[in-house]
Amino acid sequence: MRAFSYGRPDSVDAALRGVAGQPGTTTEAAVKFVAGGTNLLDLMKADVMRPERLLDISRLGLDQIEEIENGGLRLGALARNADTAYDARVQARYPMLSKAILAGASAQLRNMATNGGNLLQRTRCYYFYDTGTPCNKREPGTGCGALTGVNRIHAILGASDRCIAVHPSDMCVALAALDAVVRVSGPKGERTIPFADFHRLPGDTPHIDSNLAADELITAIDLPAEGFADHSTYLKVRDRASYAFALVSVAAALKLDGQTIRSARLALGGVAHKPWRDPAAEAGLAGKPASLETFREAARVLLRDARVQSHNAFKIGLAERAIVRALAEAAGVEHS
Amino acid sequence: MIAKPTIPDLLDRPGSQIGKPVSRVDGRLKVTGGARYAAEFNTPGLAHGYIVSSAIARGRILAIDTAKALALPGVLQIFTHDNRPSLPWFDRKWKDDDAPKGSPFRPLYDATIHHALQPIALVVAESFELARYAARLIHVTYEADEHRTDLRAAKADAFTPGKDKGGFQPPPKPRGDADTALAEAEVSVDLNFSQAVEHHNPMEMHASTVIYHNDGSLTVHDKTQGPINTQTYVCNVFNLSTDAVRVISPFVGGAFGSGLRPQHQLFMAVLAATTLKRSVRVELTRPQMFSFGHRPETLQRVALGARKDGTLTAVIHEAVQETSQNENYVEVVVNWSGQQYRCDNVRLDYKLARLDTHTPLDQRAPGAATGIPALEIAMDELAAKLGMDPLELRLKNYTDVDPNTGKPFSSKELRACFQQGAERFGWHKRSHAPRSMREGRQLVGWGMATGVWDAMQGQAVASARLGIDGTLTVGSATADIGPGTYTAMTQIAADILGLPIDKVSFQLGDTNLPMAPLQGGSWTVSSVGSAVKAVCDRLRDRLAGLAAGLNDGPLKGLKADELIFADGFLIARADPSWRLSITEVMRANDLLVLEDEARSIPYYKSQMQHALGTHSAIFAEVRVDEDLGTVQVTRVVSAVAAGRIINPKTARSQVLGAVVWGIGMALEEESMTDQRLGRFMNHDFGEYHIPVNADVHDIDVIFVEEHDDIVNPLGAKGVGEIGIVGVPAAIANAIYHATGKRLCDLPITLDKILGA
Repeated sequence: MRAFSYGRPDSVDAALRGVAGQPGTTTEAAVKFVAGGTNLLDLMKADVMRPERLLDISRLGLDQIEEIENGGLRLGALARNADTAYDARVQARYPMLSKAILAGASAQLRNMATNGGNLLQRTRCYYFYDTGTPCNKREPGTGCGALTGVNRIHAILGASDRCIAVHPSDMCVALAALDAVVRVSGPKGERTIPFADFHRLPGDTPHIDSNLAADELITAIDLPAEGFADHSTYLKVRDRASYAFALVSVAAALKLDGQTIRSARLALGGVAHKPWRDPAAEAGLAGKPASLETFREAARVLLRDARVQSHNAFKIGLAERAIVRALAEAAGVEHS
Repeated sequence: MIAKPTIPDLLDRPGSQIGKPVSRVDGRLKVTGGARYAAEFNTPGLAHGYIVSSAIARGRILAIDTAKALALPGVLQIFTHDNRPSLPWFDRKWKDDDAPKGSPFRPLYDATIHHALQPIALVVAESFELARYAARLIHVTYEADEHRTDLRAAKADAFTPGKDKGGFQPPPKPRGDADTALAEAEVSVDLNFSQAVEHHNPMEMHASTVIYHNDGSLTVHDKTQGPINTQTYVCNVFNLSTDAVRVISPFVGGAFGSGLRPQHQLFMAVLAATTLKRSVRVELTRPQMFSFGHRPETLQRVALGARKDGTLTAVIHEAVQETSQNENYVEVVVNWSGQQYRCDNVRLDYKLARLDTHTPLDQRAPGAATGIPALEIAMDELAAKLGMDPLELRLKNYTDVDPNTGKPFSSKELRACFQQGAERFGWHKRSHAPRSMREGRQLVGWGMATGVWDAMQGQAVASARLGIDGTLTVGSATADIGPGTYTAMTQIAADILGLPIDKVSFQLGDTNLPMAPLQGGSWTVSSVGSAVKAVCDRLRDRLAGLAAGLNDGPLKGLKADELIFADGFLIARADPSWRLSITEVMRANDLLVLEDEARSIPYYKSQMQHALGTHSAIFAEVRVDEDLGTVQVTRVVSAVAAGRIINPKTARSQVLGAVVWGIGMALEEESMTDQRLGRFMNHDFGEYHIPVNADVHDIDVIFVEEHDDIVNPLGAKGVGEIGIVGVPAAIANAIYHATGKRLCDLPITLDKILGA
């Protein structure tokens, strides 16, 4: 591990002063916040991330889960993943989110990991972790090892020829489906970032994961009032029953009028550099009967631009099946 | 069910210890942190090493720039091929007890890169963190050559090895004409198989702590399956005398074969300690655990011919395995296919292909774990084609003699395994047709397979010291990599001398103890246990003689076989009231201690006339998600015939662990190679998948009764390997039964199920 300095701000303002003036996005920043440390410390030990200074924000508070005026819930950035998943209000009103969080990591990690940190966790691409190999995300300009290498777990949507890594979070897939809003504080005060705009596609700048500026701090994640509690689910498909990242995951949520779909939300994990949503696929579900045929059509629309690599062609068929299965489960449609 | 003893009285008297489910005698030390592993020995002034690994798979190091790293305060030295001390030239100096034919890998020997992740430098610093940081500052320039890591491409250049490694015989000559018999068979199957590379991945990473003493002698704490092997290697490579190198390795956190050969962290730690004249520790990182031996990738073909009644008429088993450029690692793979079933036409073929990789290394049931699943999946396919119950097909072709040699098995209670396993599992309720059992979207399948492993014995020596207070210390320089060797040896000793468990202690993992062979191949109970029995028998005879010589004592003139040893007493069979305590016998003879040493030597003559093996029948139930291809192994029954079971609790644990690994082998484990970089890529526990708790459901272990007076004096065959052999086949066969899909490429990940 490279030497770094450590600070422990005692307020949000102090934390912001600590990162004031840093250019660019938080991914590239030399001064970084650390809370649970479940990902950042590992990456530092592996010499993948080399921050010069860590600001430990774990004592700032920001760990409450509160009602907000719009009828939704505010998830503190420093609330632990486990506390969030088991919060009675989250379980009752946003069961899809609770299920998604509990599908990730292990009990021990969820006890440490914070909500804000979950948004900023980095890809599990093998090449990103192995400093003996090329990786544009780790070292821009060195090339993408995965493109010509082992890419079974890699992206089928929204990738570029610079990077085919996928975002590893489960929680974020549900947050994307819920249209959550990320609240951040920065030098110009507070601002909100719609969840869809928080993470980025790799494009020509795969070394940048999100649009969070280097001088900003996530303070909370706001959930809208609509939680799709009646008809939603989170389905995760992986190589073992627990403690593995998603090959494909689906957050599916429906509003139903009888057997007719009024509106739908569909977000996929494990397939792209960010939780993947497709307005066309969701719009196409509205007004249709909640049937397997409808769900299959939605899957086909969502996957229409999917592009495969040498080892991950199976992900298209798997994603289609997972979408149909998740929508059927959300709708309560018999799947046979 | 526990096997009854074949040695009279061993179980039938009060206080007998063999066959009891004794809890691990070292359990408390292990769960309280009192057990010290190789990287946990400390000494003042200990320096720490960190290894730098190669980024390329083949070529040369042009330059290693260490200036920035060396400039850091606290960095003591950086060892590379440029500044290493003189090292031996002859291959024999680098050989170890498990080395195959060839030229062993020599760390830091020259600028040549033989494989990816090869260790190319060692940074030694005052702290681990500093050494690791300094390692990042080292800049290496390479000249890369083209490498070959693709077994399918290398297969064309495969060659037939000889008897290139101990414990493995080349395949027997063909019997009959298998190819013609296959062509003419009424029913036949012909399948191709692949087995992915697996790394051992014990929980404890390889580490060596070398304590440097002022006189230049070393105490070496090494993660090893054989302290003497470590000592021999260190002495040969560094030109030290055996009295200058003592290896002490009392605990090993799993090894599975990875500790059978000295690994490069040992070399590095000794190199640094002897050069710097300081104590040094070197521990590998998890990714570096993928830088040495592994279960080799294997391509196989199994073709079977049969008559319509199921009688096998042809068995063909061909295998090609990877080895390195420098050594001929062999595990033969195919031989058991000629041994399992009665068949007149058998052709077995085994080849190696060289890759630019580290030499593969024995991993739990080497050879059988890879070859038997291919045979047993092919048998299942044959049964399906015949419309026959898979268990019936196996019984139809059952053999009590080894068809490879014509020798009878010393014991083979595989029929009992079939019968008891099937009954416990409920096999008779299986519906024959694939896809005939389901629960909602879950397809349910039942599959079975057989397992086999060789029952082996080596020479070993044990010492014993009995105190007048009735405490007994027995020792032998074996290891306990987790099977429960401490406990089993304690039980054997306590049993023979009729002592309570807590009066007996067993010592291992120390080169000052008498010779024991490597712990591997399921032969520790057989080899070291027999030595423990021999030395305790000797003490028993001496005590009996001493008691008989006491003219005014109650046991005067009685022979050893007229006595029972129990609860610390020598007791006359004729009248249990005639008795003397061990303390009384020794006091009356003016003895404070009785010491002895004994070597056990296999019954070569009778063993030569028999085939010696452990056998098992495995029954598995899977649930396959019809949409998603995910598999859950919901039930496994493993019925094992392994002779006498010394400790049913630890033996059961061994089989449980092996079944779990079998689940991993069937469904999850694979070291994936980037062929362009020639490098294993998923080198951590996040992406190299082994089963987690949620993958493991009901596992039931049965030990069937099996008597064997030939295999060794204890009649115990060992259960280290047998538990894994065949498990992947039972699962693959269950997946076939659930889905109708015949999958022959392990691991069977969900993409293979969806794609089939």
